[in-house]
Amino acid sequence: MFEIQTGKKNTFRGGIHPQLDEKLTAPKRTVQMPIPDKVRIPLLQHIGGLAKPLVKVGDTVKTGQPVGEASGFVSSFIHSTISGKVSALKKLPVSVMKYGLCVEITSDGQDEKYWVPENLQNWASLDRDTIKNRIFSAGIVGMGGAGFPTHVKISAMDTKKIEFVIINGVECEPYLDADRDIMCTNPDKVIQGLLMVMKVIGCRYGYIGIEKDKPDAIKIIGEKLINIPQVQLVPLEVKYPQGAEKQLIYSVSKREVPQGALPMDVGAIVINAATSTAIFEAVTENKPLIERNMTIAGNCLSESVNVRTRIGTIISTIIDYLGGFKTNPSKAVMGGPMMGETIFSLDLPVTKTTSGLIFLTEEETNRYQMKPCIRCGRCVDICPAGISPAQIGQAVEFDNLQIAESLGIFNCIKCGCCSYVCPAKRELVQLIKLGELQIKKNKGQKS
Amino acid sequence: MNTEFQTSPPPHIRTKDTISTIMWSVIVALLPSLFFSIYNFGIIVLKPVSIAIITAVATELIILYIRKKELSTVLDGSAVLTGLLLAYNIPPDVPWWLPLIGSLVAIGVAKHAFGGIGYNIFNPALIGRAFLLASWPVEMTSWQIHGVTGATPLGIFKEKGMSVLLEKFAGNDNLIWKLFYGEVGGCIGETSALLLLLGAFFLFYKKIITWHIPFSYIGSVFLLGWMFSGRGFLNGNPWFYIFSGGVFLGAFFMATDMVTSPLTRKGKLIFGFGCGLFTFLIRKFSSYPEGVSYSILLMNALTPMIDRYVKERKFGSK
Repeated sequence: MFEIQTGKKNTFRGGIHPQLDEKLTAPKRTVQMPIPDKVRIPLLQHIGGLAKPLVKVGDTVKTGQPVGEASGFVSSFIHSTISGKVSALKKLPVSVMKYGLCVEITSDGQDEKYWVPENLQNWASLDRDTIKNRIFSAGIVGMGGAGFPTHVKISAMDTKKIEFVIINGVECEPYLDADRDIMCTNPDKVIQGLLMVMKVIGCRYGYIGIEKDKPDAIKIIGEKLINIPQVQLVPLEVKYPQGAEKQLIYSVSKREVPQGALPMDVGAIVINAATSTAIFEAVTENKPLIERNMTIAGNCLSESVNVRTRIGTIISTIIDYLGGFKTNPSKAVMGGPMMGETIFSLDLPVTKTTSGLIFLTEEETNRYQMKPCIRCGRCVDICPAGISPAQIGQAVEFDNLQIAESLGIFNCIKCGCCSYVCPAKRELVQLIKLGELQIKKNKGQKS
Repeated sequence: MNTEFQTSPPPHIRTKDTISTIMWSVIVALLPSLFFSIYNFGIIVLKPVSIAIITAVATELIILYIRKKELSTVLDGSAVLTGLLLAYNIPPDVPWWLPLIGSLVAIGVAKHAFGGIGYNIFNPALIGRAFLLASWPVEMTSWQIHGVTGATPLGIFKEKGMSVLLEKFAGNDNLIWKLFYGEVGGCIGETSALLLLLGAFFLFYKKIITWHIPFSYIGSVFLLGWMFSGRGFLNGNPWFYIFSGGVFLGAFFMATDMVTSPLTRKGKLIFGFGCGLFTFLIRKFSSYPEGVSYSILLMNALTPMIDRYVKERKFGSK
């Protein structure tokens, strides 16, 4: 029988236990969205180069057909997520205050598959390059939010020695529930995806980190791991930002990733649980990344749910399907409440990296007046990066960018804990972001 | 459907704590000592307390108006707290103009001349007290308890020595017990270590103050008092040393003032130790019997330096 380790303290320095709305933190049921009439697929859903369009207006495409080709090494393939006709190829609103080149496809209702579905029972016979190529051509990117192309990440062993892979089963933010859902319904896919990555990289150890407030996921994954000794389950303390990459690596392995360095510099690679599932499907079923799980939560909705939907679905279509809003939201957040960006309209597509949508009511949308710092030191106590947000914030406020830099402004991980705890309601993480932008601008770099 | 939303940078949720909840909680934590003070010194103490608070609030309002700041800032409770703390640091039986001038100096000079809340370098209430002590030393050192005039235990200890003090209080146990619950002469709010401790536990529970400053302050006063306050080494009376005077009021409510103490936990430990060291040095070697307020003011001056050199270790650095 599987036992949860309790002796070790699997956590990191600082962090917060936010006061949350319990209705929104509860586990949510999953709703399968029907195939939308229209999708808008941005050609940039990842970190790196814009995918090169492979179709033109009027073309007929099938579900899973590549519509964008990776341009360069750090880029990714983009696929059509429904079958139908390309109705537009132009700049359209994509996410936070931005327009981007998109392929708009109008459905023919057939959902005809482009790829040949396989059902590979024994993937162990595949060699490393085949696995890597399938991941590359399936257009898989980090689905936790960053969108770093996975094939690039797993090429890290070319330059660095990777000792272990960690599956991030920690929901990056409060209220989000999609990853727990994936781990509970597809535990084998998560674990097999991890084993594939371990095979490609050639490392011997794998870890799956899950917060202790998800006992169902811990139990299900734990039972599946009994016969897989090279993968270990690590139950983690419930604390935000436990799912931040550097904090997760520390909680699991007690290794610290220095400022400016990457996980691979300490011999680690972190893969999101949803990404691991997508890797499994790409390798064994040949299926490209065309759909994802996301959480739709908020007191404006009659029910907060997890939604499985095609990438490119327009958000308003999902909201309509869920029965619309109970009350009008005053703020819509793409991602979670701590780090998610607000969106100005619902006419935006779901992308590979959309982990959730949070709708806040008028009462929940607190607007505070920023007061002078009273030096209570709470931000210093909780900062996971070990910097002093209070002092950096003041330095940026008074334009002392050199001081801000010497105080470690670039160590910030943007988790937002400092702004959360500040009793003077200072916009600390916001000031830090502003300071970083200005410093980079002064140095003539692009942000 | 409304499709126009507010936009703002994250995070989108914030803690419910504000400056006002902190300030008003500290005021609540100080109230038990006030009730005891009424019992100890008579209803008369309400006169300096109310004069100090009213003057502090009025001064704050006038200066906010002159500086064209929002007048509602006064509701954050910081001016009320400064007035209350100033009153806690003066003797119960003082002329009415003494707390008035004290609050005027505390808010006008120590707080607003430096830029108002958050920008003051020194604890405003202690600057008010220091000003009064320097200007009217006689009024500031005339003590009474239950209407009877007499020196404070620390004063007796300084002038006449421990044996006289023990004689007056009929033995060590009785002395320590009286000092602990507070039926001794002294400033309005400082006498009852027990009730100050009660208020401090409320602040710990509300996570408004941390243990670092009080622990290292009281701990170092205890150790130094034990080691050096008696005849020879390790012959002092540490319990007398920590329960007498203003150590508890200072350690839990004045030294922990957020604005004028260091940001980091390590810095707070150093700050508390410094306060303890200076309190001991002043009590032992100066002409004053008590040194809590000056020692905190001295450490306030060192706070920017502590913050400059004592930092948290950055994640990922050696």
